[in-house]
Amino acid sequence: MELYFFYLFGGGMIITSLLMITRANVIHAALLLVLTFFFLSGIFVLAGAEFLAAVQILLYAGGIMVLYLFSIMLMNVEVAVRMRQWHRQGIMVLVAAVLLGLEIWAVMGDVEFAAPKQWGWSIGATPGNVEALGAVLYTKFLFPFEVASILLLAAMIGAIVLAKRTIDR
Amino acid sequence: MDMALEVAVAAIKIFIVLNVVQLVAAYLTYTERKVIAHAQMRLGPMRVGWHGLLQPIADGLKLFLKEDIIPDKADRIVFVLAPIMVLVPAFVVYSVLPFSATFYITQVNIGLFFILAISSLGVFGIVMAGWASNSKYSLLGALRSAAQMLSYEIFLGFSVIGPLMLAGTLNMQGIVHAQSDVWFVFYQPIAFIVFFVAALAETNRVPFDLPEAETELVAGYHTEYSGMKFAFFFLAEYANIVVVSTVGITLFFGGWDGPDFIPLPGFVWYVLKLAVMIFVFIWLRATLPRYRYDQLMRVGWKFMFPLVMFNIFLTGFLKYLFL
Repeated sequence: MELYFFYLFGGGMIITSLLMITRANVIHAALLLVLTFFFLSGIFVLAGAEFLAAVQILLYAGGIMVLYLFSIMLMNVEVAVRMRQWHRQGIMVLVAAVLLGLEIWAVMGDVEFAAPKQWGWSIGATPGNVEALGAVLYTKFLFPFEVASILLLAAMIGAIVLAKRTIDR
Repeated sequence: MDMALEVAVAAIKIFIVLNVVQLVAAYLTYTERKVIAHAQMRLGPMRVGWHGLLQPIADGLKLFLKEDIIPDKADRIVFVLAPIMVLVPAFVVYSVLPFSATFYITQVNIGLFFILAISSLGVFGIVMAGWASNSKYSLLGALRSAAQMLSYEIFLGFSVIGPLMLAGTLNMQGIVHAQSDVWFVFYQPIAFIVFFVAALAETNRVPFDLPEAETELVAGYHTEYSGMKFAFFFLAEYANIVVVSTVGITLFFGGWDGPDFIPLPGFVWYVLKLAVMIFVFIWLRATLPRYRYDQLMRVGWKFMFPLVMFNIFLTGFLKYLFL
């Protein structure tokens, strides 16, 4: 049962992301990306990381993508659609893709993929998924967690400084 | 066999909840018109049925039979998808709401977080509708709505942290059980005020109904919509009011749990509390004027945000000292 759902979500992700990069209309591309996030959060649920699944939807779909759409809506999509979509770099892309494929094969070639239930990294082994996550975050991974918060704070201050400078000018 | 039975029971429950919610949402429009009418010394709908009781059904029929217009210049696919995208999250959320001790569709560990995540998707439908209509009024309404909902979602999210710290669980039933002695509104008055204001803004209600300001935007993001598509936006709006009211009741007023000295079934308590909450929503609409846009943002970021942060700090401090 889980395996079918995994293929459903995985296949959905591949199809929507392929559709996303081939759309000429940016808004359609952004909406398809949201769909990709949904499928991804479905896979998180299968892996027992339901908290992560909710975060995926809340932050990426509900937060970041809304901001994306917000800024895309303000530009003239009709002009953008009529612009040239391809840059005639097919050969370069092919070479890069083959190289990347080889690299993935070299690194991951002998890894055996288990069905979702047997994935070792499931956080939700116990019912208290959120509790487990909180406990791990504030004990074992406290230092990286704090570093990440400080990094985000710095990014926030940086964004404010940049925005303010253009307003003052 | 067990699984088939479980699925069947869940399907029946979903069917019941979906239909009841639709009916309730339709009758909320009637309640709103009646309450506002009486607040303004009018009678409100009186023609269809006794005291206009069949008005929502007549309205629904009218919307159903209306011509479904899609503007020529509109993006057809997105235009059709937008009302669906508004309605679906509004209804999905009902799957984890606790209606009584025994009646709920399902329980998940991340209950409240699931509600926040899914209800944050409603704004997509609004943005899609505003953009796909290819009309300046719709676009402006959608932009306002997106900015407002994004800002106030943050306060909504932070205001529930206080009660959650007391409850120690995200499970909606667990939160209700944690309040069997004292309702959290007495411990968390600041959080409740912020939650209520944010809930008003999230559901685009007065005094935060800028996205739908008729006087300046014609109607906002749904200007170009007609017929059933327009009805979808309305249904979703009222369904969302029930959702935020239920979340508010669950977090601050003990959910379906009532005081022990009045023996009423849990569901009755829930309906009573919901009715009071929704009445306050409508009452505010009859009372308050609309905020200006910059005022709305200033109230949010410069007043509510520090307040809710202070509340989290205070709760943590007091919990450390006394519990």
